[in-house]
Amino acid sequence: MPVTLSLPTILARLTDGRATVEANGTTVGEVVTQVADRYPQLAPRLKDENGGPYPFVGFYLNDQDTRFLGGFDARVNEGDEITVVIAVAGG
Amino acid sequence: MSLPGAVASPPEPRARKLDQPRLRVLPLSCVLCGAQYDPAPSAVCEQCLGPLEPVYSRAAPPTRDLISQREHSLWRYREFLPLAGPPELSRDSGMTPLLESPALAQKLGVARLWLKNDAVSHPSLSFKDRVVAVAINAAHALGLDTVGCASTGNLANAVAAQAVRAGLPAWIFIPHDLEPAKIIATAVYGPHLVRIRGTYDDVNRLCVQAADRFGWGIVNVNLRGYYGEGSKTVAFEIAEQLGWRLPTAVVAPMAGGSLVTKLRKGFTEFLDAGLVAGRVPRLFGAQADGCAPIVHLVHDNSDVIQPVIPNTIARSLAIGSPADGLFAARTMRETGGWAAAVSDQQIVAGIRLLAETSGVFTETAGGVTVAAALDLAESGRLRADDEVVLCITGNGLKTVEAVGDTIRDLPTIAPRLRELAELVEQPALT
Repeated sequence: MPVTLSLPTILARLTDGRATVEANGTTVGEVVTQVADRYPQLAPRLKDENGGPYPFVGFYLNDQDTRFLGGFDARVNEGDEITVVIAVAGG
Repeated sequence: MSLPGAVASPPEPRARKLDQPRLRVLPLSCVLCGAQYDPAPSAVCEQCLGPLEPVYSRAAPPTRDLISQREHSLWRYREFLPLAGPPELSRDSGMTPLLESPALAQKLGVARLWLKNDAVSHPSLSFKDRVVAVAINAAHALGLDTVGCASTGNLANAVAAQAVRAGLPAWIFIPHDLEPAKIIATAVYGPHLVRIRGTYDDVNRLCVQAADRFGWGIVNVNLRGYYGEGSKTVAFEIAEQLGWRLPTAVVAPMAGGSLVTKLRKGFTEFLDAGLVAGRVPRLFGAQADGCAPIVHLVHDNSDVIQPVIPNTIARSLAIGSPADGLFAARTMRETGGWAAAVSDQQIVAGIRLLAETSGVFTETAGGVTVAAALDLAESGRLRADDEVVLCITGNGLKTVEAVGDTIRDLPTIAPRLRELAELVEQPALT
């Protein structure tokens, strides 16, 4: 099922300037993996060497932090939006 | 994408109203991979997405005498701040009092204790004045025409106050349910103040996206590399105000975790410059039980932040996903410090204890610091021979709700001497 993945400008440089890309999958992890396979330069900025989320980005499913939804195992539905946000500390 | 070591191009500056500044900000480098960048409103490495910090090129450090003769503000330490040239804005922040409190030292069972009292910081009564003073000069030097922040309250106050003095429009984003005093103490300056339905972490995420979209100078997002350096001035002032020496332990509150790391950096820079002797104090971090992800990292000796949904009266520390948490935990471990979390009840008791022993009225974050110091003393982490500094980072007038019970049983009498005499001569009061 198609899901939209939105990227910040700093990562869109690795997708030929595309700030949004569509991919398929039933979980956040499957969608991210499909995008990572399509854009090999982007891959190490989405996933770490163990296949988990890269620690300096956050993944939000329809504006909810996926860490509270099961991480990469969070289920996605058609039309959902996954937003990748750089993990800049606030405070 | 730039190659490692290459110099990145800064975003196109927005049109500005102020005169062209004489000051410049320093270049940046990645804390993790070392990639170098030209000065820019950017806090993230293009190579590895790690945090950026300014690169200093110090010829000779200033002497104690030179620093002592300078203006009574944080700019007396200008060689250790990320600007080249004279600051043009917010020249009057910093140099808050360092107060000794023998009564609180006795209560904790330590040799001596001082309060770094940023509750009276100028202009907005919290330590955030320091970081904003640096960030707003950086925004000016970079030619940005709008500033902003994501805030749990104190930063909103500081940005609003300092932006209006600089003549810069400000977009300020806060959780919708902050304490009323912190909202009013921001709104009064007339910024674009937006309440977000969500936690601070939701607000911060939106601000990261806003900085990316609009090119504003969000002080704690894309200006963060410069902004954070302002926190080092707490360490510099402690050292100078103690007579150019270091305490053995410092206790600080933790939200994003930056202050603890910058205290270490500040003390280290003074040691390296030969301005003080000895070793970096043991650094201790304090959080509320209802939002203690960094404390858990330290206690569990973990390297993986487990984010939490905050639930505490210490709203200014309510960051459930602190991106500086790993660095803060490492700092506490490597300096021989520790971390403590305290309940809301202990926080209120901490506010009252500080007021009753030391004459300082702090907000909930200060209550966290005092209560955590008590906990650390009781557990033996603070020792009888320690010389301790507590970082009191904000003013109690901003969170009066926390201690509202203090006025519940106040006597009320008619304006008659007889009634006053009866009150004064009550057995319990004599």
